[in-house]
Amino acid sequence: MKRMTWFNVTSLTLGFAFLYLPMIILVIYSFNASKLVTVWAGFSTRWYGELLQNEAFLNAAWVTIKVAVISSSIATVLGTMAAYVLVRGGRFMGRTLFSGMIYAPLVMPEVITGLSLLLLFIGIGLDRGVLTIVLAHTTFSMCYVSVVVSSRLVSFDRSLEEAALDLGSSPWEAFRLVTLPIIAPAVISGWLLAFTLSLDDLVIASFTAGPSATTLPIKIFSAVRLGVSPEINALSTIMIAIVTVGVITASLVSKRSSLRAQEETRAAERPTT
Amino acid sequence: MNMRRFALIAVPYFWLLALFLVPFLIVFKISLSDTALAIPPYTPTIKDGISALIAQLDFENFTFLASDDLYWKAYLSSLRIAVISTAFTLLVGYPIAYGMARAPEEWRATLMMLVILPFWTSFLIRVYAWMGILSNEGLLNQLLMWVGVTAEPLQILNTNTAVYIGIVYTYLPFMILPIYAALDRLDESLNEAAEDLGCSRLQAFWLVTIPLSRNGIVAGSFLVFIPALGEFVIPSLLGGSGTLMIGKVLWEEFFNNRDWPVASAVAVILLLILIIPIILFQRNQQKQAEAEQ
Repeated sequence: MKRMTWFNVTSLTLGFAFLYLPMIILVIYSFNASKLVTVWAGFSTRWYGELLQNEAFLNAAWVTIKVAVISSSIATVLGTMAAYVLVRGGRFMGRTLFSGMIYAPLVMPEVITGLSLLLLFIGIGLDRGVLTIVLAHTTFSMCYVSVVVSSRLVSFDRSLEEAALDLGSSPWEAFRLVTLPIIAPAVISGWLLAFTLSLDDLVIASFTAGPSATTLPIKIFSAVRLGVSPEINALSTIMIAIVTVGVITASLVSKRSSLRAQEETRAAERPTT
Repeated sequence: MNMRRFALIAVPYFWLLALFLVPFLIVFKISLSDTALAIPPYTPTIKDGISALIAQLDFENFTFLASDDLYWKAYLSSLRIAVISTAFTLLVGYPIAYGMARAPEEWRATLMMLVILPFWTSFLIRVYAWMGILSNEGLLNQLLMWVGVTAEPLQILNTNTAVYIGIVYTYLPFMILPIYAALDRLDESLNEAAEDLGCSRLQAFWLVTIPLSRNGIVAGSFLVFIPALGEFVIPSLLGGSGTLMIGKVLWEEFFNNRDWPVASAVAVILLLILIIPIILFQRNQQKQAEAEQ
């Protein structure tokens, strides 16, 4: 028996109001006609128009998306490999160091990661630009991917892989035909996580970006430091809208696939006639 | 086949060695080198012989950190801000997680999605959203003045209060999720048993629910405390000139003063401070994993 007391209803209402009101206010004020962001002067889409003509922002957005797609794709491959090594790899030299290096970046303050990578890039004489940001983002997001994928690898039945090997497939075939389809949802969510982390990152990108490549968060940060601006409100609204649509779609898709999986299990358990 | 296994291990291994471990060793090395040597363009010391490397080591930067008040105060004030905001996040997050765990089954997936959604939204934008609300002409002050709490707008933005609000707001999902996970598994008949045996509702909550959700509370608190300690974005956007946080100090030391050795020394000490909570967190997670088996 679950009871919904007035206390629970109140705490949920207040809690979600706290989580969502600031963003709702931001979205509302992005349609404000006034340049003064705190005074409401009627509805207008003026700031969206100005944003679309701001070439610096558009360029930064393009760099950010490019970096996010490349780094999250490499991170997904490396992270999946790392997860496979951690869960299925057995013993090898330096295994403890390896798992330490997978978990450490997750708790490492961003300022330290950024500083250390910058000092490395300067030390080896690598010019800062898109490449250095991609290297930096790949490194920390592969660790997140590996954590997501290894939790899935741990929970799945190893005998399936063994059966494939017994039936004559090579380890690579067993991975491609048996393991990969099973861990695919985790690999996809790992990619999405890596992509979002890369889009979102300000601190590490600030250390590793050069004058030739500025990402959107760096651009937003330097604009916002001077105060609230209606153009940034408009930009934020667009980003919030994209994320909301993405998350709702993803949750609907996963809900449907879990329903289908339930149906399939039920169908399989039904005695054949 | 062995070649393949080797490649599978070696590729991610060397990637992390080259881009995680080596850079960190460089920070460590530079923190022990002379300012004059390390001001850009500093000569990369990787190539130098080991003897030269040892000869160059000195602890000047660390003694400098110890002698200058600024750094001590920044570490202490970061710790204080992180502890206070973790406590507030727990106070705000626990009732939400509790409400979620007691909500009807069919709501829970939606509530869960509503908690996770802000996490996918840009961190920077979530912090920025508060700048407009907390400013002197902002909505919060307008509301307070309209209600009549205050005649003059309160200075909230650019104070530590704004930093607390920012940390609680942005890290709230990290607190809610582990507590919710712990409460969700909790058997409600235990509370009923306690009440049958004469506990009041509140006593049953203190004596049964809180201890049984301890793992979630501990995990959530570390998940907020650890990143909050090295936070940079929140103090620099919401905090004022009086807000001292070590992430901000490191950033300014590096970008404004261009003092690389001191920035590196600041980083090394921050990491040393973080090792204790990280180890405690790992231990808590392990205990929890063992308890589940």
